[in-house]
Amino acid sequence: MLSRKCTGQFFQVLPGAGGRRGLCPRAPSQAPSVCPAVEGTALPLLAAYRTDEGQPWVLPVVKKVEQMIANDNSLNHEYLPILGLPEFRANASRIALGDDSPAIKENRIGSVQSLGGTGALRIGAEFLRRWYNGNNNTATPVYVSAPSWENHNSVFTDAGFKDIRTYHYWDAAKRGLDLQGLLGDMEKAPEFSIFILHACAHNPTGTDPTPDQWKQIAAVMKRRFLFPFFDSAYQGFASGSLDKDAWAVRYFVSEGFELFCAQSFSKNFGLYNERVGNLTVVGKDADNVQRVLSQMEKIVRTTWSNPPSQGARIVATTLSSPQLFAEWKDNVKTMADRVLLMRSELRSRLESLGTPGTWNHITEQIGMFSFTGLNPKQVEYMIKEKHIYLMASGRINMCGLTTKNLDYVAKSIHEAVTKIQ
Amino acid sequence: DSWWSHVEMGPPDPILGVTEAFKRDTNSKKMNLGVGAYRDDNGKPFVLNCVRKAEAMIASKKMDKEYLPIAGLADFTRASAELALGENSEAFKSGRYVTVQGISGTGSLRIGANFLQRFFKSSRDVYLPKPSWGNHTPIFRDAGLQLQAYRYYDPKTCSLDFSGAMDDISKIPEKSIILLHACAHNPTGVDPRQEQWKELAAMVKKRNLLVYFDMAYQGFASGDINRDAWAVRHFIEQGINVVLSQSYAKNMGLYGERAGAFTVICSDAEEAKRVESQLKILIRPMYSNPPLNGARIASIILNTPDLRKEWLVEVKGMADRIISMRNQLVSNLKKEGSSHNWQHITDQIGMFCFTGLKPEQVERLIKEFSIYMTKDGRISVAGVTSGNVGYLAHAIHQVTK
Repeated sequence: MLSRKCTGQFFQVLPGAGGRRGLCPRAPSQAPSVCPAVEGTALPLLAAYRTDEGQPWVLPVVKKVEQMIANDNSLNHEYLPILGLPEFRANASRIALGDDSPAIKENRIGSVQSLGGTGALRIGAEFLRRWYNGNNNTATPVYVSAPSWENHNSVFTDAGFKDIRTYHYWDAAKRGLDLQGLLGDMEKAPEFSIFILHACAHNPTGTDPTPDQWKQIAAVMKRRFLFPFFDSAYQGFASGSLDKDAWAVRYFVSEGFELFCAQSFSKNFGLYNERVGNLTVVGKDADNVQRVLSQMEKIVRTTWSNPPSQGARIVATTLSSPQLFAEWKDNVKTMADRVLLMRSELRSRLESLGTPGTWNHITEQIGMFSFTGLNPKQVEYMIKEKHIYLMASGRINMCGLTTKNLDYVAKSIHEAVTKIQ
Repeated sequence: DSWWSHVEMGPPDPILGVTEAFKRDTNSKKMNLGVGAYRDDNGKPFVLNCVRKAEAMIASKKMDKEYLPIAGLADFTRASAELALGENSEAFKSGRYVTVQGISGTGSLRIGANFLQRFFKSSRDVYLPKPSWGNHTPIFRDAGLQLQAYRYYDPKTCSLDFSGAMDDISKIPEKSIILLHACAHNPTGVDPRQEQWKELAAMVKKRNLLVYFDMAYQGFASGDINRDAWAVRHFIEQGINVVLSQSYAKNMGLYGERAGAFTVICSDAEEAKRVESQLKILIRPMYSNPPLNGARIASIILNTPDLRKEWLVEVKGMADRIISMRNQLVSNLKKEGSSHNWQHITDQIGMFCFTGLKPEQVERLIKEFSIYMTKDGRISVAGVTSGNVGYLAHAIHQVTK
């Protein structure tokens, strides 16, 4: 007679390093051990927008469209196709590539509705592991920027890739892009290596290549047969302009690259928990893209079968109505403008205070995050003494700044920098 | 020239491909008996009343859209565990379980498969019943496990090959993984009786197997949620720490909202915490955190007494309609003058029925009658209505006489 104890031996499971349970449930490994709890000074660690009142913001256009959906009794909860809602897929890719994209005109694009940007990355990664650079070539090097969103590494590792490397990106000394290091790594990378590129609003540094720098990057990648896998989580959110934020992706397309672009609508639509994402595939021709999609379908089928419908409906409805689309762009600009304002206000305060160092990077960086340049000791001071939560890397979520807390945050940074070296 | 020149065209998905072919057909009498989605007696998708009410409650609350935790909506996962295990379950009350939200049944199965691949080092083999849901094999394979089979369906009797199953299971190497359909076996509709479940439990315990239950039809099979969960609960009571995948696609009609859950019964609450932390590490690089909408609807229904009562009535209504269609199909076949024994149609349970039709006969049904089903002769009884059951019986008789 077996006792329950025997079956307990099945799992030799050690606690995971996923962060303190119940506190920072999604905190990456380097997150401080306590979540923001102090009102007025709490800066959300995670990538979520906040209003000037420090509150989450459901976009007005989203509220409107949700009401439309709720009132539409003809809608049901039937399964979506495996690759997702057709109107969503087409519109989502159109947003990334542009209305006048040659790739769309030439019918050589494909789309896979995915569970957020993460899901899109994962489907793309699984496909590449199976079909890129041979069959099931798990040895193909995958390059992730140093630093990058920490989940990039896990996505490609879990997809089966054995050789994840970093490429130079952030120059801590000059607080900017290490272009020479980046290009150098690309020159040295084995041919056919996969490079994860942040389309805009690099996470966590907020530092993007200029158009000229992107051109240099593209030239090297083309010459060395490197595969561009764009991660586009902040389109529209970074500069306030959808087109400007998609410039890099579209440039690569115009240069004839075959590429993947993982899109997230979590931030720019504020649809975080609905898991709305899209994997855009750009290929040489329709036939190739069709075959790629047919294989991606098989991958989707064993991962989640078919994607969730609510978020996709909201996005599809919004993007396919000129009026709602205009409203959405306006809502996006509202968010982007508030972040840009907070950046300029923080910088000017630091400069007025005479805080040691240069602070132009605060306004030169873009998107939700900023690499302040604070070192781990200074970060600890901010957390322990000032109850302002940032990552040990010095990454701050600009969305957490409000007109009410700007002075406090600026003074705190000033203190940290002057007191702690 | 292209990176993808060597990429082969993937074969169309056999199950969902049936619906696609059905859509293209212009015959007004066409019937879609392919995919397992419930239809009302008018052949229309059915949105449950309790779902509409839950949605109205959600709309009125004007909640934000912040990310869920990786493990999902806590009210949902707790209610899901209680639904499966029963409120009086010792395992539930003691907290020696972990339930994470999954992307409906498939996503929950996949999380479990990945978890077993990473942490169940005793074996790489998953034993599936013969036959099983077509997607089980690629799910486990993509997770890095190997597939084996045990006898289950007896095509001669269109019922359970119990002695064959027991014989095969008795020979499964210790500490292998065995998958069991908790109720309403897909695709056959053939379930063990309770006495047979008892023997199966004793056998898997004797063989020290890791039991993986797939429960996609709780409530939908017999109309009684407790009856449909009987096997899962019995196994746990026998000291078998099962893992379990649940889906709310059919029993709440939440198909496209992707509401599901994966549960691990553990030795104690402390082990459950460790297991949960590892499940989260698996989920994060897959899709970060799960979608809220379906889980919230399910949670409100399960946790609001009036809505829960209403749900139980509605799910019984769906189950009853299916049972009624089974009865009508058999009586219509008799009326057509069929000499075959069609008792298995009413003996089988749940959404699906293994008709016993051969591929050539299925082919004829599709081509000559525009009646669509999968090649294995599986029909979704949910696609049968009082309006078309006569036509279906007629067609089946034509291809089998």
